[in-house]
Amino acid sequence: MEELRQKYLEAIAGAADEAALEAVRVQALGKKGEISLKMRELGRMSPEERKVAGPALNALKNEINSAIAARKAALEDAALEERLRGEWLDVTLPGRPRPRGSVHPVSQVTEEITAIFADLGFKVAEGPQIETDWYNFDALNIPPHHPARQEFDTFYMHRAPGDDRPPHVLRTHTSPVQIRAMEKEGAPIRVIAPGRVYRSDYDQTHTPMFHQVEGLAIDRDISMANLKWVLEEFFAAFFGIDGIKTRFRASHFPFTEPSAEVDIQCSWVNGQLRIGEGDGWMEVLGSGMVHPKVLEAAGVDPSQWQGFAFGMGIDRLAMLKYGIPDLRAFFDSDLRWLRHYGFAALDVPTLHGGVSD
Amino acid sequence: MKFTLSWLKDHLDTDASVSEIAETLTDLGLEVEEIVNPAETLAGFTIGRVVKAEKHPDADRLRVCQVETDEGVKQIICGAPNAREGITVVVCKPGQYIPGIDTTIQVGRIRGVESHGMMASERELELSDEHDGIIELPSGEVGESFAAWLAEHEPAKVDPVIEIAITPNRPDALGVRGIARDLAARGLGKLKPLDEVTVKGRFESPVKVGINDDTRDGCPLFMGRLIRGVKNGPSPQWLQDRLRAIGLRPISALVDITNFFTYDLNRPLHVFDAAKVKGDLRVHRARGGERLVGLDEKEYEFAPGMMVISDEAGVQSIGGIMGGLPTGVTEETTDVFLEAALWDPIEIAKTGRALKISSDARYRFERGVDPAFNAPGLELATKMILDLCGGEASEVVQAGEEPEWRRAYRLDTDRVQSLVGMEIPAKEQRRTLEALGFRLEGDMAHVPSWRPDVQGEADLVEEVARVASLTKLEGKPLARPHEGVARPILTPMQKREMRARRQAAGLGYNECVTYSFIDRASAEMFGGGEDATMLENPISSEMSHMRPDLLPGLLQAAARNQARGFMDLALFEVGPVFTGGAPGDEQQHITGLLVGAAGPRDPHGSRRAVDIYDAKADAEAVLAAIGAPAKAQILRDVPGWWHPGRAGRICLGPKKTLAVFGEIHPKILKAMGVKGPAVAFTVYLEEPPLPRRKGATRAALKLSDLQAVERDFAFVVDRDVEALKLVNAAAGADKALIESVRVFDEFIGGSLGEGRKSLAITVRLQPREKTLTEEEIEAVSRKIIEKVTKATGGTLRG
Repeated sequence: MEELRQKYLEAIAGAADEAALEAVRVQALGKKGEISLKMRELGRMSPEERKVAGPALNALKNEINSAIAARKAALEDAALEERLRGEWLDVTLPGRPRPRGSVHPVSQVTEEITAIFADLGFKVAEGPQIETDWYNFDALNIPPHHPARQEFDTFYMHRAPGDDRPPHVLRTHTSPVQIRAMEKEGAPIRVIAPGRVYRSDYDQTHTPMFHQVEGLAIDRDISMANLKWVLEEFFAAFFGIDGIKTRFRASHFPFTEPSAEVDIQCSWVNGQLRIGEGDGWMEVLGSGMVHPKVLEAAGVDPSQWQGFAFGMGIDRLAMLKYGIPDLRAFFDSDLRWLRHYGFAALDVPTLHGGVSD
Repeated sequence: MKFTLSWLKDHLDTDASVSEIAETLTDLGLEVEEIVNPAETLAGFTIGRVVKAEKHPDADRLRVCQVETDEGVKQIICGAPNAREGITVVVCKPGQYIPGIDTTIQVGRIRGVESHGMMASERELELSDEHDGIIELPSGEVGESFAAWLAEHEPAKVDPVIEIAITPNRPDALGVRGIARDLAARGLGKLKPLDEVTVKGRFESPVKVGINDDTRDGCPLFMGRLIRGVKNGPSPQWLQDRLRAIGLRPISALVDITNFFTYDLNRPLHVFDAAKVKGDLRVHRARGGERLVGLDEKEYEFAPGMMVISDEAGVQSIGGIMGGLPTGVTEETTDVFLEAALWDPIEIAKTGRALKISSDARYRFERGVDPAFNAPGLELATKMILDLCGGEASEVVQAGEEPEWRRAYRLDTDRVQSLVGMEIPAKEQRRTLEALGFRLEGDMAHVPSWRPDVQGEADLVEEVARVASLTKLEGKPLARPHEGVARPILTPMQKREMRARRQAAGLGYNECVTYSFIDRASAEMFGGGEDATMLENPISSEMSHMRPDLLPGLLQAAARNQARGFMDLALFEVGPVFTGGAPGDEQQHITGLLVGAAGPRDPHGSRRAVDIYDAKADAEAVLAAIGAPAKAQILRDVPGWWHPGRAGRICLGPKKTLAVFGEIHPKILKAMGVKGPAVAFTVYLEEPPLPRRKGATRAALKLSDLQAVERDFAFVVDRDVEALKLVNAAAGADKALIESVRVFDEFIGGSLGEGRKSLAITVRLQPREKTLTEEEIEAVSRKIIEKVTKATGGTLRG
């Protein structure tokens, strides 16, 4: 028996491949295999002999089976290793291309502004880009022939011959949305209105189209002090600088009274603008308390309601925040610019994740 | 508006520094744009005395001077002919910057002799063009600041010039006195009283004045008087200095006086040479077609209704805007007719705009000139003419009346607190208004005649807050409209736009923002360009029409990028397109444009030309992102800028188009200079119906444990049979059992013959209650084949 065991274990260990191993298995445990035949002989044995030989043969059979399985696994591993040795790829080759898109800074900053004002309860209001001169001017307390009208460099829409109505205009500011929003919702109201605006001006720092965001908050007792707080909170959140200072300067806009231009704290270090530090000031927006005539024009009773409005340039905010030098490039669609200053699709500005990326 | 510090001090008694004044002006709403302060450039230059001057040993023209300075005696080499012992000079020490020669002085050796500085000429200090010699002062102590000496002896040379921006509501600040009044109200000095002058007329004016009845609304008051025997030479130095400082050219005493009144008191005046005026002067409306050469030597033709001033010979002045050259004063003028009139701002604005004249007079009259200052202004100007030019004045002639300007509003002293949020004592509020010229009677504030902008109670608040300084305003929290967590604020459409944008960016497109207006030719190619969408005053012909579609702008952007060498592009834009020229003729689109190859050349063979199935997949991805229904029709009728055989509309019925995709027509690509291939999609963001679902709960998920079965079929059909027709027919064979039908192969021509193709589909059957038997599967298969052959006229491929 021991001889048999030695013989097969050696044969198994010596099998060079699966075929040789199978041959050993057949020779030992096949139908006519040496061990199988021996097992068959058990029947002819006396019970005493069988009691000894049976378990011994069974143990031998199990041992041989295990040895074959182990050898088989080892052969498979070796074969796999051999195959993998040949399967070499250059991992430094480029991966398959995945296009990388981008979101324009104007869209990104608009969403940032929206996220911040949403937290203060401001909805987003909208209005048409081609406006009547009433919404764009008259309702905002800018009567026809008022010198302020000329300061807007307005684009006018063509009128058919014989059409004597005042020409429609491309809105020169987002302020007409104030009127439309109040007409629709009345008071109290809190809205911002971001969007395209148009002025007939084109040079180093002006483009005939740019973006503004209007803010409007009307309630029983909203004051200019609330405006200052809202703007300071906005700038702190937008630029990610706690305690950023603003300065209000008296100014004049026909649609607000009192009116103020607002500066934010900044400094110039080696020709680089730094927002929120130093003792310089940079003008960023115009604002004020909504003029009673504007409230009246929008159907809101100025003896009952009051509040503030402001307007600021979105492109300009984007330039200040992200250090983008040239306004004209915003609308040129230069791929290099879009990639460099654009934002990833997943950079969704949120208050919990931060509005800066 | 420009003025000098000394000019301001004519009206304001103040010790405030220039920078203090500038900061205060800006804070008051009179924004300072520029300050030019010569004293700053001259800071550091001191007075010295030449105690000894000897010829340079090695140069005939140079002198070695010993100059007594605040730092002791210094040796300075000087080449000026007037450098000599005993003169008082201006010393520039080593290290100082000399503006006129743009150099910083160093200790140097000139022909072997050390020189410790320089003695300056007027030109070197930018005081004048004088460079014949160094400055020789008639007085001055060694070590005294030169700027201080100038301020005392020649103040005009160091008079700081301040330029401020005036908002249209503040015509009063277009005169130096108005600016002084604001500063005084803030407490930066005391407003000096204005002389009250009446010059008694010595004779009756031979020139009379009149206003036609139909012109009295535009010119309510016209006054004047003749001054005879004047001598119109150059005006005195102080007046010339002032005018030059603010950028005006001195012309003659008479003209300079009118300019001075314009800037000093915001009282535009006009002077006629009385010898050239025939008969009387009359304000009337032009009939149309009259012509006049203005003082700017340009000829103007008047439209009917414009206000002009005529004598017997015809139009001589464009009322309130500009005088005429024929009756203008010259150095020979001896008799002058001085005019002071009031003009309606709107009419002046209209006429000025129509004639394209920007004059100081127009600028002021269209903003509003003090109606109560007509007569006093005329008297003051008469006195100045008599003082500077001699002569004697006639009695005043007048047509019309001073218009009513008096009005009063209630001052509610609590309003400042409630509207602005600043606490200002009532007494201070009243003081402020009085300082600005308001007259308080009880709680009624009577508006001064020079403040046409004050039209209500809110204006009183503005004045009080402005003078108190908004810089002092402290922020006060604004509570949220709801307590607690902020509520969502975006509308479904606003969310839709955001999602579409981020989906497109996620798909690899770069977002562009292009102008809303394009050129007519491009607009016409995309179904626009009609006159209704045309701008009346475009900035250029490239931007003349509102865009009818986003594609032309994106194609232009693609062409620009290709010109820079970027041939493969994925660009998109979200924004408005315009169907007409009225408010609301606007739709919100998102358009994606793919140009060139879908990927770069690489070892994996990724490079292939973009095709419509890229555009279609992206259109569907954007539609999915904005929650559009997944099931839609595809129709082939598309606008002409698409390839007629390679474009489709994704629709809910023929009239409800959600999106369009396809290849751009080759003609369009050629016209726009884009190298193709180019495919694109547009999703009409407002079109997909908003989902009706309310609440966040989803429908329960029904999962089957039974194994799904897939069966493949191939059909031979005519080539123009659309796959969707076949898919729909197959899906209709057993709607309960068939979960999906998908095309997995298309084979055209070959052994199938011309005009035939094979479409292979895989049908997935999902049993719900029990496992399918072979017979049941066979039955469904037969039904599928039957439905498809019937619908498409095709046959099962053997």
